[in-house]
Amino acid sequence: MSENKFTCLHDKHVAQGALMSPFGGFDMPIQYAGIVEEHNAVRNAVGVFDVSHMGEVHITGPEAQKFVNYIFTNDITKMEVGGIQYGMMLYPDGGTVDDLLVYTMGENDYFLVINAANIDKDVAWINEQAVKFDVKVDNQSESYGQIAVQGPEAEKTMKAVLDIDCTDLTFYTFKLVNYHGDNIIVSRTGYTGEDGFEVYASHDTIRDMWDMLMTAGVQPCGLGCRDTLRFEVGLPLYGDELTPEITPIMAGFGFFVKLDKEDFIGKDVCAKQKAEGAPKKLVGLELHDKAIPRHGYEVCNENDEPVGYVTTGYRGISVDKSIAVALVDAAYGKLGTPLKVHIRKKYFDATVVKKKFHDKSYKK
Amino acid sequence: MSKIIDGLYYSESHEFVKVEGDFGYVGITDYAQHELGNVVYVDMPEVDDEVEAGEDFGAVESVKAASDLVSPVSGTVVEVNEALEDEPGLINKDAFENWIIKVELSDKSELDGLMDAAAYKAFINE
Repeated sequence: MSENKFTCLHDKHVAQGALMSPFGGFDMPIQYAGIVEEHNAVRNAVGVFDVSHMGEVHITGPEAQKFVNYIFTNDITKMEVGGIQYGMMLYPDGGTVDDLLVYTMGENDYFLVINAANIDKDVAWINEQAVKFDVKVDNQSESYGQIAVQGPEAEKTMKAVLDIDCTDLTFYTFKLVNYHGDNIIVSRTGYTGEDGFEVYASHDTIRDMWDMLMTAGVQPCGLGCRDTLRFEVGLPLYGDELTPEITPIMAGFGFFVKLDKEDFIGKDVCAKQKAEGAPKKLVGLELHDKAIPRHGYEVCNENDEPVGYVTTGYRGISVDKSIAVALVDAAYGKLGTPLKVHIRKKYFDATVVKKKFHDKSYKK
Repeated sequence: MSKIIDGLYYSESHEFVKVEGDFGYVGITDYAQHELGNVVYVDMPEVDDEVEAGEDFGAVESVKAASDLVSPVSGTVVEVNEALEDEPGLINKDAFENWIIKVELSDKSELDGLMDAAAYKAFINE
């Protein structure tokens, strides 16, 4: 194993006393004040995350639109400049390479935001597919730092602390801002289920912004609460809810797979699963007890026979219940189905529920 | 700095035992609660269950992860701290005050294999 990489804010996390742990090949802050406090700050006010570990890939060239639409499940031809789409890159068998955001920077000019743990794999995959297209693939992951300002007070904070007016940005759009001479990207996006913004900029600019946000008393947040926040609102984490074995159809993200557009990698399998039903399904589970289901725990039917496993589970923070998302055989995927979760030595009763446990509060 | 109380016995897996006569109150140390963060669930055995030194008897769960509870002593559970069922966060407030199980000790010589406060202090500072 190679050493974990540092983001441009690493020294600040350490100096501020954050609990650090490896994630996606980076030494990242897991928590500052505590997961519960940080989670509640984002749900009720505002918090800031260092998400500089995320990867950025710039794709340009005469066939950039055609190419990105071929490796991506959503339909980027429907997007205007300044627009952003969420979707997946798939293997030919429909399994997920990664889930990502595509920013439309201009005609045949796209900015892809990918998961930290997948940067090397994704870039290799993209380059492999790009051979047949007239495009240029530029991995800019090392050049960008990124912060996410999230919560109902995010818009106010962006203006008051960073002097960036975001009132003109609608959900899933971005703008380029000249910030003291640095060209930065500001988008109304996030991974918490709350209103919020993500800023992509040079390392120096991100460091300056972080200092200003800290001076203003904005709660620094770690990846711990990023996971509880995204989980409660049903957002997937690559590696848990999306993997090379899990298609977006199994995961219930068919909305982001546009089967009516021209060919893209993985289309056939997705079309078949959509028509005939996928063999497995991602479901929400609510336990009847306080015991906590964790990633990898076995899910069983009423006869204690294994029918799947937990992909993510927590004692909810905004939701005062033990809840999980699990991948189960499709026969057990209907709402209301009684199932059991094997936790240590016991089996705990659970019921299949919607996997969005808490409502999102996006500002559309 | 983690709090350590004189007169208690400590295990390498960060449980403590407070001995009163033939009984031992078992819980997790202040150091352990600090390392775990917000405790959101305590999986406890039932009264009359047998526990064995070195064996799991339950788990303490933080938001992020489950940590097994390893019994430092053998014996019979005569009481569980029911307050933790509704308020597991009591462990974060005062880990030593909020013991998890009370055990009727079957072999008090097992206590000799545990650390005293000074040894535990040195152990966590290693």
